[in-house]
Amino acid sequence: MAKVLVVDDSASMRQMVAFTLKQAGHEVVEGRDGKDGLSKAQGAKADLVITDVNMPTMDGLQLTRELRKLGDYKFTPILVLTTEAGPEKKQEGKAAGATGWLVKPFDPDQLMNTVNRVLR
Amino acid sequence: MSIDMAQFVDAFLEESFEGLERMETELLALDGGDPETLNTIFRCAHSIKGGAGTFGFGAISEFTHGVETLLDRMRNGEQDAAPETVNLLLRAVDILRAQLHAARDGGEADAAEVAEVRTLIEAHLGDAAPPRDPAPSDGSEEGPGDGNDDGPRGWRIHFRPYADLMRTGNDPLRMFEVLAELGRLTVHCETDRLPDSAEAFDPEDCYLAWTLELEGDATGDQIEEVFEWVEDECDLVIEPLEAAPVAPDESSAPEPGAAADTPARPETAAKGSGGSARGAESSSMRVNTGKIDALIDMVGELVITQSMLTDISEQLEEDPSQMEAQIERLRTGLAELERNTRELQESVMGIRMVPIAQVFNRFPRLVHDISGQLGKQIELTLKGEYTEIDKTVMEHLGDPLVHLVRNAVDHGIERPEARAAAGKPETGQVTLEAYHRGGNVIIEIRDDGKGMDADRILAKARDTGLVGPNQQLDRHEILQLVFEPGLSTADQVSDLSGRGVGMDVVKKNIRGLGGNVELESEPGKGSRLTIRLPLTLSIMDGQLLKVGDETFVIPLIAIVESLQTLPESVKQAFGKLPLYRLRDEYIPIIDLAALFGRAEPSPLPERALLVVAEADDQRVALRVDDLLGQQQVVIKTLETNFRKVPGTAGATILGDGQVALILDVAGIARMAAGRDTRAA
Repeated sequence: MAKVLVVDDSASMRQMVAFTLKQAGHEVVEGRDGKDGLSKAQGAKADLVITDVNMPTMDGLQLTRELRKLGDYKFTPILVLTTEAGPEKKQEGKAAGATGWLVKPFDPDQLMNTVNRVLR
Repeated sequence: MSIDMAQFVDAFLEESFEGLERMETELLALDGGDPETLNTIFRCAHSIKGGAGTFGFGAISEFTHGVETLLDRMRNGEQDAAPETVNLLLRAVDILRAQLHAARDGGEADAAEVAEVRTLIEAHLGDAAPPRDPAPSDGSEEGPGDGNDDGPRGWRIHFRPYADLMRTGNDPLRMFEVLAELGRLTVHCETDRLPDSAEAFDPEDCYLAWTLELEGDATGDQIEEVFEWVEDECDLVIEPLEAAPVAPDESSAPEPGAAADTPARPETAAKGSGGSARGAESSSMRVNTGKIDALIDMVGELVITQSMLTDISEQLEEDPSQMEAQIERLRTGLAELERNTRELQESVMGIRMVPIAQVFNRFPRLVHDISGQLGKQIELTLKGEYTEIDKTVMEHLGDPLVHLVRNAVDHGIERPEARAAAGKPETGQVTLEAYHRGGNVIIEIRDDGKGMDADRILAKARDTGLVGPNQQLDRHEILQLVFEPGLSTADQVSDLSGRGVGMDVVKKNIRGLGGNVELESEPGKGSRLTIRLPLTLSIMDGQLLKVGDETFVIPLIAIVESLQTLPESVKQAFGKLPLYRLRDEYIPIIDLAALFGRAEPSPLPERALLVVAEADDQRVALRVDDLLGQQQVVIKTLETNFRKVPGTAGATILGDGQVALILDVAGIARMAAGRDTRAA
């Protein structure tokens, strides 16, 4: 049971991810975009952050960089959601400080498999 | 875990439709390729693609991929936002919308069009990049000894993380735990990199290295997957046990999604969404924005008039001595208000108006099909398709029109041989025309076929008793008999007359819309059906009548004439309605006050006021006390607010707040006829 921050500008993706995580017994905090996600992250320490990359106001890479600057999130797993399977996108995520990535489209099982790699 | 994805589909569709609207708007506003706008458009496409893949709409995801790639290049400045590119993207938006509609309501988007636009996009991308599979499959190249049958019984992994590894949130311990689930794991820790002194030790750095041995059936892909997030933050060698070390191909990290046990994407998501299809289309309509702008202008004028009137009333209060001048201004203001109101009313009604093309458009296909079946050559001409008509009227017009056009093709137009024999061109002409005349919409259906034989219609009508043996009818009256139930439903007559069944139903439907239909025909030359319909069902021109204390409204269209009686023209037969002789015709006089129970029947005064009205080809003379003004009235139904009242077509509210019943002339004629019979 962990607290997971889910940041995505698409309500349906947020719903799907949040629902899946809640089914697995996790607590979920949702962020509408990078800015909102950052303020939610500062509000309460999350054990895992899952963020989309392409979002208005602040994208997921910037959010990751901002989070890594915070003492609380130095070692927190941050997974970026991306539809780009190309290595350069993943590298951008890694360079920003992301732990790993989850390639869209994914289904609830894939999501949980990935989440379980970083939540123990 | 089994989670029904269908529950998120609605939200996905909704936000995707919104995203498409946004894309469309921004694309139209995209002038020269402003990067921020392009970014917004890209994000919309990106979200749709991601969601579509996740929620099981592979085709949408696949199609969006090309769109997204194109947009990505545009925002990176690799591709111009040229008008044709924007137009292509707008077409893509249309395709996506069709695909999403199909996803929501079931069915499929036009595959040919999807393919066409996709090809165009690929051509635009220049390199004709093959569409990517919605499930990413790159990176699944064969690794070394990929767990095939003759593969090794395990793996040796040399893992030397760089100092920074933990700062990305990765944790060797959790990785080893995952490995331990794949088989029997032995971990050997190497501490050679640990600093000598505590000063040099940074607790946030990683100094340890490991050699791991995993025995079991795990595949190379599975091992690589565990390390995929850290492959460039460590020195990593994965080698089969009891085999020569082979450097892994570092660039071929597998995707988590490409794991061998990838679960099937939930097909039910699409079906589920189809089940919850929303049929909200019928109660909404698209309105030309020009019409709305005109409305806004008019409201603006109304506000100006209102402030003018307010000003006049203030002036009057302040300085009553200026009364006369102010009253003059007041008159001007009221005249202005009247004009504003009338224009506003017309514009609001105009919003409900749609081009009749929406009905007409189905006929080319219909005529093509029927004439093919019948072996006839027919040319259909549509005229005045852009004539506007009330949406509700139009919705009810489809069936009667289909019937009439079908008849014209089926029974009106002759076969080519017969036409040639009659000296006519082999190709028959059917024309469907709409135009406005006065406050009506006229629709004509003309054919140059064989026309109708009035004598045979009359003979049949006399046979069936529809027409009395001594009753004399002129040719026009005889032709209208085809709309009578007893006649048109008889098969023999339809053969005789060349007209199909159900003309009475057609007439009834058109009557129901407040219109009428007439037939003209000439043997050998053809027929013409004329449908006359009101522009709208909710507002009509009315004549106000005074009967006792009551005010009634009678549709202006129903009035033939109004007159003052001449005593010698009134005929009173015992037990019957009095008749009024108007030229050659005897018309029953109906005492409205008595009919509606407002007064006892009273004898006709010497010089009574009569309104002669016509409905259902029947004339009645309504006895009224006074004729008031004519005005447009808004029809309110009584049925929804009260109950059906015989003899009325509804009610309206007059300028002084009084409610007035709107007379239904046909209903009144029937009521009066009932009493007449009873009295007789």
